[in-house]
Amino acid sequence: MNQTKPQAWSPDPATREILDELRGELGACMQCGTCTASCPNGFAMDVTPRQMWRMVQFGMLDRILESRTFWMCSSCYMCTLRCPRGLKLTRAMGALKRLARERGTWKVRRNSAFYDAFMDNVEKYGRVQETSLMPGYFLKSRDPLLPLHYLPLGVRMMRAGKLHVPDGSRKGRLKALFAKVREMEDRS
Amino acid sequence: MKYAYYPGCSLQESAHEFDVSVRAVMDRLGVELVEIPDWTCCGASAAEPVSRLMNYALPARNLALAEKELAGLDVLAPCSACYLNLLKVNREVVGDKSLHGQVNEALDACGLAYGGGVRVRHILDVLVNDVGVEAIGAVVGQNLNGMRVAPYYGCQILRPYEVFDDPRKPLSMDNVLTAMGAKIHPWEMGARCCGASLMVTHPEVAMHSVEAILGAAEGADAIATVCPLCQMNLEAYQHDSAAGGHHVPVLYLTQLLGLAFGLEEPAVLLEKNMSLNGSMRAGIRARAWRHEPPGGTEEAGGT
Ligand code: SF4
Ligand code: SF4
Repeated sequence: MNQTKPQAWSPDPATREILDELRGELGACMQCGTCTASCPNGFAMDVTPRQMWRMVQFGMLDRILESRTFWMCSSCYMCTLRCPRGLKLTRAMGALKRLARERGTWKVRRNSAFYDAFMDNVEKYGRVQETSLMPGYFLKSRDPLLPLHYLPLGVRMMRAGKLHVPDGSRKGRLKALFAKVREMEDRS
Repeated sequence: MKYAYYPGCSLQESAHEFDVSVRAVMDRLGVELVEIPDWTCCGASAAEPVSRLMNYALPARNLALAEKELAGLDVLAPCSACYLNLLKVNREVVGDKSLHGQVNEALDACGLAYGGGVRVRHILDVLVNDVGVEAIGAVVGQNLNGMRVAPYYGCQILRPYEVFDDPRKPLSMDNVLTAMGAKIHPWEMGARCCGASLMVTHPEVAMHSVEAILGAAEGADAIATVCPLCQMNLEAYQHDSAAGGHHVPVLYLTQLLGLAFGLEEPAVLLEKNMSLNGSMRAGIRARAWRHEPPGGTEEAGGT
């Protein structure tokens, strides 16, 4: 989905909705930088959390989507705990991930492959089955080297008896719920 | 004391030792656990980036089941990630009319509805506030003999909601450990993030956190955890040079409790801990949880 660059303010309704949610949440940010100073993963971000909130306030969609910042968020809630304005910043990082998925930029596939594989696994089995989750992730990431990276860990886990054959007894239990939520989200 | 038990997916899988030790320890403490019938995944940290509504509907399904099948019981979740996801439903959905309506409309697809009346508890909360450290101490009797333990709280039981501990200076696990006769390893890393699922999506970034935590734990006999993801991240990469080459056993608090209660190693599945090799196990056993009269525990050196 690599068309021409999206215009800053001509987003589709789904993108619009997430952006509105974000701007509503972040309107009160006073740019103090406490969030940035609290973030354990800040060193790996190209835009600091404080700058990111500014970009959201200004609706700089292109700049937001170019950034890797929100993919570096490990949902530790440190910024949320410390923000003097009490803003729900971790949730905002989650919403930014959804925003990027809506826009489907090139970085998205690699970054969201694990979340997608996880949700597919939940939808199929009802309870996450780790042994089939990782192969699902490898497929989605389309990175042929990824399985090799996990091989040593897989071996150690196997030795410790931590890998189990998938339990299919709850297969399909969440099918109706997933279908319903999809329908509701398409409607909005 | 009786709770609606939500083990969560990890405890049925790679963190089986957490489930087994929770059940064994609670049984010893006279706490009854009734598993929520037909529970399903809470969405972990994967639902939020994918779907806002699913992020609430998945945990809400389990609360709805508990409300219907096990009315009046608090839900007990040992996994910190499950705990926060379930708690979020009470904090963010209940009270928000439109969102609550949407969640129940979704749940209706599986014949359920959540009224909002189930209290969500983490195992540490139950241990400290319902069972009580005195009662734990009375059963254990200082059996950890000065074993030096680094209490690792992680994120989700402390943040974003302040429920049963001070998020800036947590003490609940320290108190349980002290009641067992353990010594607290002084460190600043108890509330630092382990990297969570960033360890899968960007391991090169998450490894920094793991390195910092393990480095600060040097000198401790073990790190105690209450979350399967923290446990996995802290122990599974100790062989990786990027994690700094620190070797520290990582045990679930409930495994330590079980051993201190005098349960045998297989009863708390100690063989499943990847950070424990045979000699470490013997070393710790020799000075920390032997049940003969103590003596000379202080001078025993590192592993
Ligand atoms: S801590 Fe809060 S107010 Fe300060 S910059 Fe960050 S979001 Fe804005
Ligand atoms: S929640 Fe995310 S953005 Fe906030 S401090 Fe933690 S890692 Fe950084």
